[in-house]
Amino acid sequence: MSKYKMHVLVCGGTGCHASESDRLLDNFKNIVVDKGLDNDVQVIATGCFGFCEKGPIVKIMPDNTFYTGVTPDDALDIIDEHIIKGRKVNRLLYVNPENKEIISDSKHMGFYKKQIRIALRNCGFIDPENIDEYISRDGYEALAKCLTEMTPQQVIEEMKKSGLRGRGGGGFPTGLKWEITSKSESDVKYVVCNADEGDPGAFMDRSILEGDPHSVIEAMAICGYCIGGYNGLVYIRAEYPLAIERLKTAIGQAREYGLLGNDILGTGFKFDIELRYGAGAFVCGEETALIHSMEGLRGEPTVKPPFPSVSGYYGKPTNVNNVETFANVPIIITKGADWFASIGTEKSKGTKVFALAGKINNVGLIEVPMGTTLREVIYEIGGGIKDGKKFKAVQTGGPSGGCLTEKHLDSPIDFDNLIAAGSMMGSGGMIVMDEDDCMVSIAKFYLDFTVEESCGKCSPCSIGNKRLYEILDKITQGKGTRDDIDSLRNLGSVIKDTALCGLGQTSPNPVLSTIDNFWNEYIEHVKDKKCRSGQCKALLQYVIEPENCVGCTACARNCPVNAIAGERKGIHVIDQTTCIKCGACLDKCKFNAVFIK
Amino acid sequence: MGQVKSLADLRKIKESLQEKMSLREKSNNPESLVQVRVAMATCGIASGAKQVMDFFMEEFDKRNIQAVVTQTGCMGYCFAEPTVEVTLPGQEPIVFGYVDSKKADDIIEKYVKNGELVDGIIPVNYQTIEKK
Repeated sequence: MSKYKMHVLVCGGTGCHASESDRLLDNFKNIVVDKGLDNDVQVIATGCFGFCEKGPIVKIMPDNTFYTGVTPDDALDIIDEHIIKGRKVNRLLYVNPENKEIISDSKHMGFYKKQIRIALRNCGFIDPENIDEYISRDGYEALAKCLTEMTPQQVIEEMKKSGLRGRGGGGFPTGLKWEITSKSESDVKYVVCNADEGDPGAFMDRSILEGDPHSVIEAMAICGYCIGGYNGLVYIRAEYPLAIERLKTAIGQAREYGLLGNDILGTGFKFDIELRYGAGAFVCGEETALIHSMEGLRGEPTVKPPFPSVSGYYGKPTNVNNVETFANVPIIITKGADWFASIGTEKSKGTKVFALAGKINNVGLIEVPMGTTLREVIYEIGGGIKDGKKFKAVQTGGPSGGCLTEKHLDSPIDFDNLIAAGSMMGSGGMIVMDEDDCMVSIAKFYLDFTVEESCGKCSPCSIGNKRLYEILDKITQGKGTRDDIDSLRNLGSVIKDTALCGLGQTSPNPVLSTIDNFWNEYIEHVKDKKCRSGQCKALLQYVIEPENCVGCTACARNCPVNAIAGERKGIHVIDQTTCIKCGACLDKCKFNAVFIK
Repeated sequence: MGQVKSLADLRKIKESLQEKMSLREKSNNPESLVQVRVAMATCGIASGAKQVMDFFMEEFDKRNIQAVVTQTGCMGYCFAEPTVEVTLPGQEPIVFGYVDSKKADDIIEKYVKNGELVDGIIPVNYQTIEKK
């Protein structure tokens, strides 16, 4: 049916654009017309292939040939040889760096194996409101297998063997948690799904619930079978209305099909799920606080032990797992623990979903095997830093995590490496920062969040973090001293050691990691009273260059605080003590006389 | 469909569904059953996916093109929302980003009717796990 026999796809992403892909595109278009091929061959620009390192990229369809590093002059060769004579241009094909093999079909390139979708396997593929589509993709097969072919202990063993660790941030082995809960003696046990996703910038749990709710339902039922519980609860924040709606629809469909309820698949096993709504407090992602919130109490954490696996919801053994953790479970059962354990690193198995955000070209949701490096994530999948700026840091783990720098780019991402580097996996938010970001301000931003979200129960967190925030604020105001940095360090480590729950114990991380990794920037702020990225307004100075000033008075007339003095046709001067650094003078000056120092 | 009573039942349903799905995918009648999947997570909807989906459904109807328009979850290309995946019978699926009703019109007129690609293609850059 296609009018065109062949398509030439030229990458029009930012990276390739910088290496003249626009001229390449024009050349292709002109040559196709010149040779009279314009009825058979279509040339088109595409979005980023994510392979910017080897750009510009050209892909020929339908044979899926993938050319790399194509210069504008190569267009003629590709048309003459490939399109007209049907011979691939070998010198432009991708060479596998490991074995020097030439690869022409993009599907076989290692690059496309960088992302493997396990937790997101059905996201963006099936209709989340149609249980049939889930079943046609092996849905509920895992539950059926567990109920009919395996004992709860066998399922737990399988989970332990798979090496799956909690994806909410803590990284506790899932199989072990299930085992502990299964061994707790009680008439009633609960399976809780923690969907209280609160890290700024992270939205993988929402996406899974919106795109593949049945995978979570199925996994919760499997968990119920293992631990001997028949009540499932999903604690989800009320600010996720679509996720709630889809989850409700999915639960309804599963009940209708008899995949939830009494006597599931004729095995006598019963399980059902109810929803509990959270009001969006960050601390309620902590499992004890979450349980109290579900009980109708204040969302405050309590000391562990006792762990929820022993005494949780209304004092009964409760197994709490995160959404992404659950989404991995059915596929582990159907494809086997060995398959899952073959992906990832020694101590962190499988994949992790990350929400890429910040100063990066391809903002989005990605899923990579554990052990992928930050460089691969940022430069290859994320398409590099926006506007060709310089990479400065990447923040992982949200308000509990830290900032990693250039020197961490090549270390493999897994639970333990990130902790060793002073950050943590967290739920998978990844915020990329460039040279325009001030690290002191970033630390202050996260502290602001923690101060706001602290529940107020323990002093280290509720008072200590406030003090940390005040010191950081003082530094960004240009009033900091060298001693303040030491105070930040001391106070930070005391909070880490003494706070009650995970929130407080990790809240100083953004401060401590930025001090460690960006020591010079802190020193500049307190000693030279300078902010190199220009983010700390109080540290800026607007000055007038006498040589350029013509005395037009435009700046003085527009200054809201009358900080600029000077006669007409005379040189103007800004009084630094009165100046509020609004920048109005800079905007109004037509002679480039005002600049920031 | 009634209740799923046993593993055998589940497998039977799966098989019949898979047949239905593959019929949809492998149909060799070029005029029939174009498949359009619209990424409808919160982020997609916020950037206008609902309008785009409505547009596709109405316009396919008006222009007499047999197509299946379904919603799906997040495809991960948040920088290019709303995103839409179009599968013509017998061809590889193609993902288009930045789809508004004008782009949707282009996709119908150019790609669906003539197999002519339009700007805004998002190259898929991940591996899916093969079925068991």
